[in-house]
Amino acid sequence: MLHRLALALGLTLTPVMALAAGDVVEFFLDNGMQVVVIADDRAPAVTHMVWYRVGAADEPPGQSGIAHFVEHLMFKATDDMASGEFSTVVAANGGSDNAFTSWDYTGYFQRIAADRLGLMMQMEADRMRDIIFDPVEVATERSVILEERAQRTDSSAGALFNEQMRATLFLNHPYGVPIIGWRHEMEALSRDDAQAFHDIWYHPNNAILVVAGDVTAEEVRTLAQEYYGPIPASPSLPARARPTEPPHIANRRVSFADERVANPYVSIQMLAPVREPGNQAEAAALVILAELLGGGGQTSLLARRLQVEEERSLFAAAYYDSTSLDPSSFSLVNVPVPGLSLEEAEADLWRIIDDFLSQGIDADHFARIKFQIAASEIYQEDSTQGLARRWGMELTMGLGIADIESWPDILAAVTPEDVMHAARSLLTDPVHVTGHLMRPAAANAEISQ
Amino acid sequence: MIKRLIVAAFAALFALPATATIEIEEVTSPSGISAWLVEDRSIPFVALEFWFIGGATLDAPEARGATHLMMGLLEEGAGDLNAQDYAAAVEGLAAGFSFESYRDAVVVSARMLSQNRDAAADLLRAAISTPRFDQDAIERVRAQVLAIIQSDARDPEEIATATFHALAYGDHPYAFAQEGTAESVAALSRDDILAAHRAALTRGRVVVGAAGDISAAELGQLIDHILGDLPAEAPPRPGPADFTLKGGITVVDFPSPQSVAFFGHAGIERDDPDFFAAFVLNQILGGSGFRSRLMSEVREKRGLTYGIGSSLSLADLSPGMLGQFSSSNDLVGQAIDVVKEQWADLATNGVSQDERDAAVRYMTGEYPLRFDGNATIAGILAAMQSDEIPVDYVTNRNAYVAAVTLEDLRRVAARLLRPEDLHFVVVGQPQGLSPGN
Repeated sequence: MLHRLALALGLTLTPVMALAAGDVVEFFLDNGMQVVVIADDRAPAVTHMVWYRVGAADEPPGQSGIAHFVEHLMFKATDDMASGEFSTVVAANGGSDNAFTSWDYTGYFQRIAADRLGLMMQMEADRMRDIIFDPVEVATERSVILEERAQRTDSSAGALFNEQMRATLFLNHPYGVPIIGWRHEMEALSRDDAQAFHDIWYHPNNAILVVAGDVTAEEVRTLAQEYYGPIPASPSLPARARPTEPPHIANRRVSFADERVANPYVSIQMLAPVREPGNQAEAAALVILAELLGGGGQTSLLARRLQVEEERSLFAAAYYDSTSLDPSSFSLVNVPVPGLSLEEAEADLWRIIDDFLSQGIDADHFARIKFQIAASEIYQEDSTQGLARRWGMELTMGLGIADIESWPDILAAVTPEDVMHAARSLLTDPVHVTGHLMRPAAANAEISQ
Repeated sequence: MIKRLIVAAFAALFALPATATIEIEEVTSPSGISAWLVEDRSIPFVALEFWFIGGATLDAPEARGATHLMMGLLEEGAGDLNAQDYAAAVEGLAAGFSFESYRDAVVVSARMLSQNRDAAADLLRAAISTPRFDQDAIERVRAQVLAIIQSDARDPEEIATATFHALAYGDHPYAFAQEGTAESVAALSRDDILAAHRAALTRGRVVVGAAGDISAAELGQLIDHILGDLPAEAPPRPGPADFTLKGGITVVDFPSPQSVAFFGHAGIERDDPDFFAAFVLNQILGGSGFRSRLMSEVREKRGLTYGIGSSLSLADLSPGMLGQFSSSNDLVGQAIDVVKEQWADLATNGVSQDERDAAVRYMTGEYPLRFDGNATIAGILAAMQSDEIPVDYVTNRNAYVAAVTLEDLRRVAARLLRPEDLHFVVVGQPQGLSPGN
């Protein structure tokens, strides 16, 4: 039931996961393209993914949304293929394809019968350098991304609120700019903007090829050399140097009223460190802290105290994004039961946090979470596509194979003392962003007193 | 240009449909419950799916939402464990249980590690057979359901779907949201929940799918253990639902820059001789994972939406031919016109040989790739049994799809697609739309 409620509120939880090492082989092509192969012969299929180390946080100022727009335009014509032919060929071969853009990466993938892998590489290599940005296609597709923004963001009070929270949390880093883009900047994105962005970033030495499924590393090596090997490396690939955050010294508050809000809630967000190459221990402690405070289900501290024992919350949770190129956020959410104000809900969150900091960790709860993390390595092997996606994501975040393979052990080694140390340094910092998502005053008048 | 030729050659090679490589064992438990199993020992866990047919349509008219609330309570305390202790016990075994309610079925999904499967099965048995329905848990989950109902009431997609069903199905259970209304849920008693539990979860109307690290003999015993205490006898299901909605447009005012459109008319039964032709036809018209007519015409050529699709709904009691999209308020009228044009074009002119061939290649190529992972396979096996599909369907299904001819598609398009019967529910503040145009 909580799962469905979280879904309805747009507050879904991601289960904590430790990526299984499995049977993974890594190598590089001469042009610098990184290749990772995950063998799994349970189904006669492969997932073929090309990840570019570029995302929305690498966009030029004033062109928010261009990384995602280029992702859409990559399905149009190249010098060898007609607009839309890429997906038509994938479908004609019984495969499916799609793409995604985040702040730190842009990825393209197909899932298809294993003997089609060469064809996928041929087409993906083609569009890496030979995509054509046609003015008419650009204009039509700009309408599509504006409709996408309207559907995903502008039609949802919760999504608009999240956008405002991020924009407030990040004072200088482009993580504060939405991936889809600000509407007024999206409307002005041009053919030349797309071409320029593509020219800078879409090169083999900025790409990671991930192939997972019924295939051997040697087969992948032969095909990758044939199709991706001939593409020259870019001699002028820029470093991913983004503006960084200054110290946060002021508390900030966001107050957003929208008549579409059904269940008002409070969100508290703060900057948090993330997994760094060779230095993942603090992030590991924060992963377990988020689970203890507000992971899935009703055993977490916030849910147990506020939902079950005190019956003051409909839903209370903690979120932490451990995997990100630059420092990211730790957040707490509380949806109060009807009749309680957002001020009370906010105070409830801090009261439980204070209790946690003074009382410490329940040993049984800690042991259960550790066992869950270990079990997630088993369950994750069930989805080859999911494994491929996590490997690609973690590699584009700047982590190396050794970092990724050691992560389960680092999580397993976290002690309760490590968690309390991380909790004190994070949660006793008095500076954070507090947001209230609510209905307009008039709509609340009858219940506000 | 040479590359283009290679691409074409690759596609031609794939004309012969592959078949799924899984082997399904039909298992009968010692007490007589049948199940389908794909045994795969490569990962040390098992995935189980129990589909209890009937679902929220079994709700009494004066207790709408009882089945949905009951399913939400199964994980809130069972046997001698209260809600907190039960959740901690499941967490301690790293088992995963989900209890979902749908219109035509309630579904229990589970994954259990091999190393502690017996203990996990004890917990699942308790949730299904001896849930406590403690009053404090009822009140807590009731409040969560009321929050969901409030949230849905302000969600344009939920409003569109609910409005369409309310208009289409009169006083049949299909006309009502399975969550119930704020009033009906507020009035549900513990007795209503007990009655819903008795009606929805029976050994007499359950199908079971399993995949992973377990033998047929072990599975039979596991199923009997988990379901052993449930009653055998299942209550009668409601009769078929008449689709009574006529063609037209219903606008629901909602403050948003974009309108959500949910549309459709009556569909085709699964046992209809033309079912596979309709299945292929829908793929061409608006099927997912595919460059369908609707995606091509509404999104790619005109930029009127981010996504649009149609589906052949196989709801047990009333099949539908349905679709959905969102467009800005100033564009939604234009998008509706394009949908109607495509509906009419297919009904009048059928499809081209190229369209038929592309759809068949996609459908037959994609099918074997679905059987990926224990959890997915267990779900597919249960779904097949709930549709009363024979076990050899997995082997023959691609041949059925490949046998659909252009003439079959023309015939079924003329019969199934009726643009004058299409009803659009539009939630938003659409410009230039008037009901009935």
